[in-house]
Amino acid sequence: MAGYSRHKDAPYAIVAEYGTPDEILKAANTLREAGYKKVESYTPFPVHGMDEAIGYKDQRIPWIVFMGGLTGAVLGFSLQYYTAVWDYPLNIGGRPLMSIPSMIPVTFECTILFASIGAVVGMLGMNMLPQPYHPIFNTPNFRRCSQDRFFLAVEVNDPKFDDVETKALLESTSPLNVAKVEG
Amino acid sequence: MAESKQKLMEFRPLIEGEQTFESIDQKVADLVLHQKGRYPVNLKSPWYIIMGTAIGIFHLLILSVGWLLYQGIGIWGNNVPTAWAFDIINFVWWIGIGHAGTLISAILLLMRQNWRNSINRFAEAMTIFAVMCAGLYPLLHTGRPWVAYWLFPLPNITGMWPNFRSPLMWDVFAVSTYFTVSALFWFVGLIPDFATMRDRAEKMWIRKLFGLLSMGWRGASRHWHRYEQAYLLLAGLSTPLVLSVHTIVSYDFAVSIVPGWNVTVFPPYFVAGAVFAGFAMVLLLAIPVRKWFGWTEIITDKHIDWMTKIMLATGLIVFYGYILEVFYGWYSGTSVELKLLNFRFSGPYAWAYWSLIFCNGIAIQPLWSQKNRRKEGLIWVICLLVSVGMWLERFVIIPMSLMQNYLPSSDKNYYPTVWDFGMFLGTIGMFFMFMFLFLRFLPVINIFEMKDLLYKTQGEKAATAREKKPATAPSGGE
Repeated sequence: MAGYSRHKDAPYAIVAEYGTPDEILKAANTLREAGYKKVESYTPFPVHGMDEAIGYKDQRIPWIVFMGGLTGAVLGFSLQYYTAVWDYPLNIGGRPLMSIPSMIPVTFECTILFASIGAVVGMLGMNMLPQPYHPIFNTPNFRRCSQDRFFLAVEVNDPKFDDVETKALLESTSPLNVAKVEG
Repeated sequence: MAESKQKLMEFRPLIEGEQTFESIDQKVADLVLHQKGRYPVNLKSPWYIIMGTAIGIFHLLILSVGWLLYQGIGIWGNNVPTAWAFDIINFVWWIGIGHAGTLISAILLLMRQNWRNSINRFAEAMTIFAVMCAGLYPLLHTGRPWVAYWLFPLPNITGMWPNFRSPLMWDVFAVSTYFTVSALFWFVGLIPDFATMRDRAEKMWIRKLFGLLSMGWRGASRHWHRYEQAYLLLAGLSTPLVLSVHTIVSYDFAVSIVPGWNVTVFPPYFVAGAVFAGFAMVLLLAIPVRKWFGWTEIITDKHIDWMTKIMLATGLIVFYGYILEVFYGWYSGTSVELKLLNFRFSGPYAWAYWSLIFCNGIAIQPLWSQKNRRKEGLIWVICLLVSVGMWLERFVIIPMSLMQNYLPSSDKNYYPTVWDFGMFLGTIGMFFMFMFLFLRFLPVINIFEMKDLLYKTQGEKAATAREKKPATAPSGGE
């Protein structure tokens, strides 16, 4: 994954490679207990327990979805109110202009549409995707990260980061390989 | 409890054979990446036979639509009072087929039914293509599809707005939302698999293509965390959406006062019918496809068995709907409803009604026995009958109700023309064309969810045999 990089050759992280989810989970727990904060794992599928192991929790997506749904509901309803009651009142069989039951389907569909777009755009936006280049792609053998290997990175900007100690700690967790990654 | 569940898993596993993460990649991703040799240009290979036929039939669609745009909808058999006929039958039929995809991907995900993992991508693709076919019909039925944007509430110089008290307007919103959300759900599910494809590809342009599609996905745990939240919420949103879409489709009929349509049972009856038809279509495709692609270990007999059970259950609900329709007609005591019942039972199109009862009511009965649920040929034939039956159901409901009106003087029979059939067949061609393009060029089975499931069921065994040193030489390391 060559490409554009602002800080070519600046050290990015020390990355350890594991063969199974259990091993990487154990290693992530070891790192947390040792006090590391800037730890990130890269895995082919979500490894359950990893969020706790690297001490990470984020509940903003559900709120984005909720706000999206709320926006959709308000927009959907006001669209119908504005067009059917305010701007273009039309007497259809003497029914009230503000016929709420008949406004529910469109309001509902708008709620779902905006909430879903909120979920997708929120997820991609907070994950900063699309992102064609990332230093982690310089890790040796990283192509297997989306297949059958599990990578654990300790970033250099971690307050506890130390070239020798961090590497030694990672090596003690029986990885397949440990590499220093630049990018 | 946990132990007995474990035993059940062992008895008939969701993934058969000795599988590893690597073997799943090989089974799914390499089918797309290593095309050479797998798809010889040979008139005997099933992909070319089906694709060729589908493209041929697709041309019938182009022809029918071209002639329609030139001549207007007078080329169809629609008349007054039967203003809704093949166009609306096919719309409802296709939308219904699409619903199984959302049901499998969303509702089964919420219910934590792991067996969905090997069929959900496939079923979601089916949803998208079926909704595309469905959308064509109301679009062309407007007569002037080039001004179809009038359906949307866009400000215009005449100062008019669409009438939101009409179910047809609800339909516009329901179907467009359904298509958008299904496409989003499908694409979000594909992102991590695109990354797998990118990393397994050998040719540069293929890597770049999948790299673009994967948007630089790198499987970071913070990303997975948000990804799973978003995916689960999308499933949660799709579930009421799918129910609402067919409910709203049924409102197109139920809200009117046409005899045979003005029935409160329509929403649940339509939703059950949609799931019924959709599962039939999933099975119709899955049974041959899993053989051709060698996926009998991933889409197992257990999957077929469970899908058949859902089909049987929804089929029985639909049959109950038929009984209620007759009951309501009789119980209403109005002459026009009774006249309609009589018309269905013994009118000129009685054969359609009785074939529908046979296809949707009687033909599914063998599925009660477990032995029959293992006979793939039998299931396939039943699914074909169900697909035909569900089309006939819409024929019985839509034009057959319109032919009989409150005023006997306006009764008129409806006869479809060759263009009606041409366009119907044409959309079938389009559906299969897209479906088989998808089968060949995209990962048809959700790779990362299969790996997750494999790890949950088989644990450490799933990992690739341990190598001391990585295969490629370190480039950025020490």
